[in-house]
Amino acid sequence: MTQLTDLVSATTIQAVLNEAMGRGADFAEVFCEDRVNRSASLDDGRVEELSTGAERGAGIRVVVGGTTGFAHTADLSEASLLEAARTAASVARGGSSRTVAVGTPQRHRAHASEGIDATPTAMKLALLTQVDEVARSEGGAIAQVQAGYMEGRRQILVANSDGVFSTDDQVRTRFNVICVASGDTGLQTGFESAAHTRGFEMFEDIDVAEMARLAARRAITKLSARPAPSGELPVVLANAGGVLFHEACGHGLEADHILKDSSVYAGKVGELVASPLVTLVDDGSMTGEWGYASIDDEGHPSTRNVLIENGVLTDYMWDMLRARKQGRAGSGNGRRQSYQHLPIVRMTNTFVMEGTQDPEEIVAQTTKGVYVAKLGGGQVNTATGDFVFGTTEAYLIENGEITAPIRDVNMVGNGPDVLRSIDAVGSDFSMVPGTCGKQGQGVPVGCGQPTLRLAGITFGGTAA
Amino acid sequence: MSDLSAIAARIINEAFSDESMEAYVSRGVETDIAAYDGEVESLTQASSSGVGVRILRPADGGFQVGFSWAGSLDDDSVRRAITQARENATFSSVDPYAGLAEPDGHAIQQLELASSTFSAMSIDDKIALALELERATLARDRRIKGVDHASYGDFRAEAAIATTSGIASADERTGAYLSVSALAGTDDETQSGYGLCVGRDPKDLDADLVVRDAVERSTRLLGASKPASGRVTMVLDPRVTSTVLGQIAAALSGDAVVRGRSFFVDRLGEMVASERVTLVDDPTDTRFFGASAVDAEGLACRRNVLINEGRLEQFVYDSQSARRAGAQSTGSAVRGGFAGHPSAGCQALLLSPGSQDLDALLAEVQDGIYVQSISGVHSGVSSISGDFSVGAEGLIIRNGALAEPFREATVASTLQRMLQNVMGVASDLTWLPGLAAGVSVAIGDVQLSGR
Repeated sequence: MTQLTDLVSATTIQAVLNEAMGRGADFAEVFCEDRVNRSASLDDGRVEELSTGAERGAGIRVVVGGTTGFAHTADLSEASLLEAARTAASVARGGSSRTVAVGTPQRHRAHASEGIDATPTAMKLALLTQVDEVARSEGGAIAQVQAGYMEGRRQILVANSDGVFSTDDQVRTRFNVICVASGDTGLQTGFESAAHTRGFEMFEDIDVAEMARLAARRAITKLSARPAPSGELPVVLANAGGVLFHEACGHGLEADHILKDSSVYAGKVGELVASPLVTLVDDGSMTGEWGYASIDDEGHPSTRNVLIENGVLTDYMWDMLRARKQGRAGSGNGRRQSYQHLPIVRMTNTFVMEGTQDPEEIVAQTTKGVYVAKLGGGQVNTATGDFVFGTTEAYLIENGEITAPIRDVNMVGNGPDVLRSIDAVGSDFSMVPGTCGKQGQGVPVGCGQPTLRLAGITFGGTAA
Repeated sequence: MSDLSAIAARIINEAFSDESMEAYVSRGVETDIAAYDGEVESLTQASSSGVGVRILRPADGGFQVGFSWAGSLDDDSVRRAITQARENATFSSVDPYAGLAEPDGHAIQQLELASSTFSAMSIDDKIALALELERATLARDRRIKGVDHASYGDFRAEAAIATTSGIASADERTGAYLSVSALAGTDDETQSGYGLCVGRDPKDLDADLVVRDAVERSTRLLGASKPASGRVTMVLDPRVTSTVLGQIAAALSGDAVVRGRSFFVDRLGEMVASERVTLVDDPTDTRFFGASAVDAEGLACRRNVLINEGRLEQFVYDSQSARRAGAQSTGSAVRGGFAGHPSAGCQALLLSPGSQDLDALLAEVQDGIYVQSISGVHSGVSSISGDFSVGAEGLIIRNGALAEPFREATVASTLQRMLQNVMGVASDLTWLPGLAAGVSVAIGDVQLSGR
């Protein structure tokens, strides 16, 4: 496999940075990326849509005061990079140039994989056909099975006028299953997904047959689901996805929203913003997790950052530009979808630390409410703090027991109110992968939480 | 022949004699300018290009299909894409329905989708547009306390398709947009509102409309509270209607239907909606920003009536889903750029407007809610089950007029019931960048959840 440093030499990087700084600039950066993706899907019993893709290019950023100039090119030749540097530098209106010297790159590797080429394609496809067989054997109600395999290798190189010169080599693998069950009540779906910053060795720990069974049973269970309730109820959320925190406060703790005063958490550091049971962490250095990398897309080493400690807001998440503006250190949260995008403040792996209560006891102590076994996605308006998040498997709780399944439903709440209403935190924990969208850019993130209870949240169902 | 068409033709020349092959090549340039605090926050100027190659190899009982893409049009990338597509084909299952689109005799219309004066505006004038957008938003109303983002953007995009089955077509378009997100309120309260305008040329943009929209949407939510729960009639704002139609469109995709993933399966010919609902997909209607003369497989786009006065008339098909359904392609192949496979989808959906304006529709509704925006569509709406549960904010409708604002609520029903419960469609057709045009719609008997 070609290394990025073979394609772009340190001499070229230095020449490009000097060109970018040539018209008077405060900061310049070269970001090079080489990406290869392979994917295959199984649908309706057939392996189809085998796809291989590759892209390579560089994005060049020049900062002058509060203004960023950005240009990108798919051509990594020195001439093309210099041209992009001049375009990016067009925001600078003249001024003294500064000479940049680059040394040797710090090389990182965000995976232990022997490379994604080592495993025969047939072995990967066998996982897909296995899913089809297992899912269909769960019952005649299973009308359709879809499974997807994706692997990607992303090499990045970041060099800037502040002396950062680093590379990272990231390998990610994702597998998902969607089952459709058909019955008198119509169609229902069940979804399972596993994704890690690992290579094919991920499947030593992931049982795709178990994923197939879970997805199939989820779809079948929902055929007999009742309409979801409407109105405020207590809810117990199983340790199956921390999307609640991603939406209720994660986005609101991103420094770009804070500095533009478009977050309900602006100016609240040191204040109690959640139940004292809540400690929230964003940790880009969690090896193997979906939001893991050695460095962020601005070359900052991935780090563990405590955002809320025992309910008190301790810090926000920062990218380099916003941190510079505030005269403080970055936190490793500058990420971008590809070399064609400017980095922005993003979450990595965001999770609530486990508590002490037995998850089963939390359910037993809930007289009436809803048990969410699996969460779906969500969305937030950071300015108002209002957010929604959905269920993909949920049941009623009656007299401390989990009873009838309910149909998929969104819950709505306001971030700070909901965080304060957490009244029980379990001793279990798990992480769930997802793709987070912001300003048109999608990046892989992890979300995690223990089982926990909200004293009340509004369910948006149809049953009064 | 454009040079892109020539590249596509050269690629399919590499096909082995027994193979079928499709090449999709595209290229674009873009400018994006964000203003903040009276300054240019970012200025992006960039170009990009790419290729997607599909190879079908004949096998007993059908074809094996392989795909590959590259984010570059240089010779090495193109050659590698062909080799990898060929290799991928050897691993795929034999598909009796696979195949490329075949020329079907439908003439491709000449549509003016690229402005001839697109390049006339200087970068400095574009910067001035973005800066002025932010300034005008802040100045419009004393309750506006900030602007989250204000931006100008434009693009020129070209694509060409060639196949060994005899298709050769090309497409060129330009576009420009202004968007602003206003923050209204006081120290204790913030509400946000978004304004957007698109056109084929920078001079088509109406900055005043964008500012007015963002300011009105943010300020009228000030003081919003959680509404009382209940069964209500809701009137959807044109933008919300467009989003909901996008979800219904997914269920009208022939690809979803033949694979059993649509609530419209087995419903063809039935009354699936109120008689007030006539839904037409017509990408050749140039009033749509996303209008197109050719689909993503190179066939002529055409007008397809999907729901006629409540009756489900047809689905949209690309060539593969059509073959599987025993139908003909409706010229409705779509793909997400050069890296995507073609599939069947709507591109320009129009819900036929009614004759009354919004005020008359509100008067008819008398009491209910006006939904200005919805959230959680991807977690709460399914085009397979039809289940519908989304976050909502907007205004209460009282005595036939808009009254106080509400927020932190949800509305729920099913897409099936919502179509049946359409009580009225207003005349306020609004052209939006998505796949569906907007229009205000009244839908009865939905569950509002609040306090």
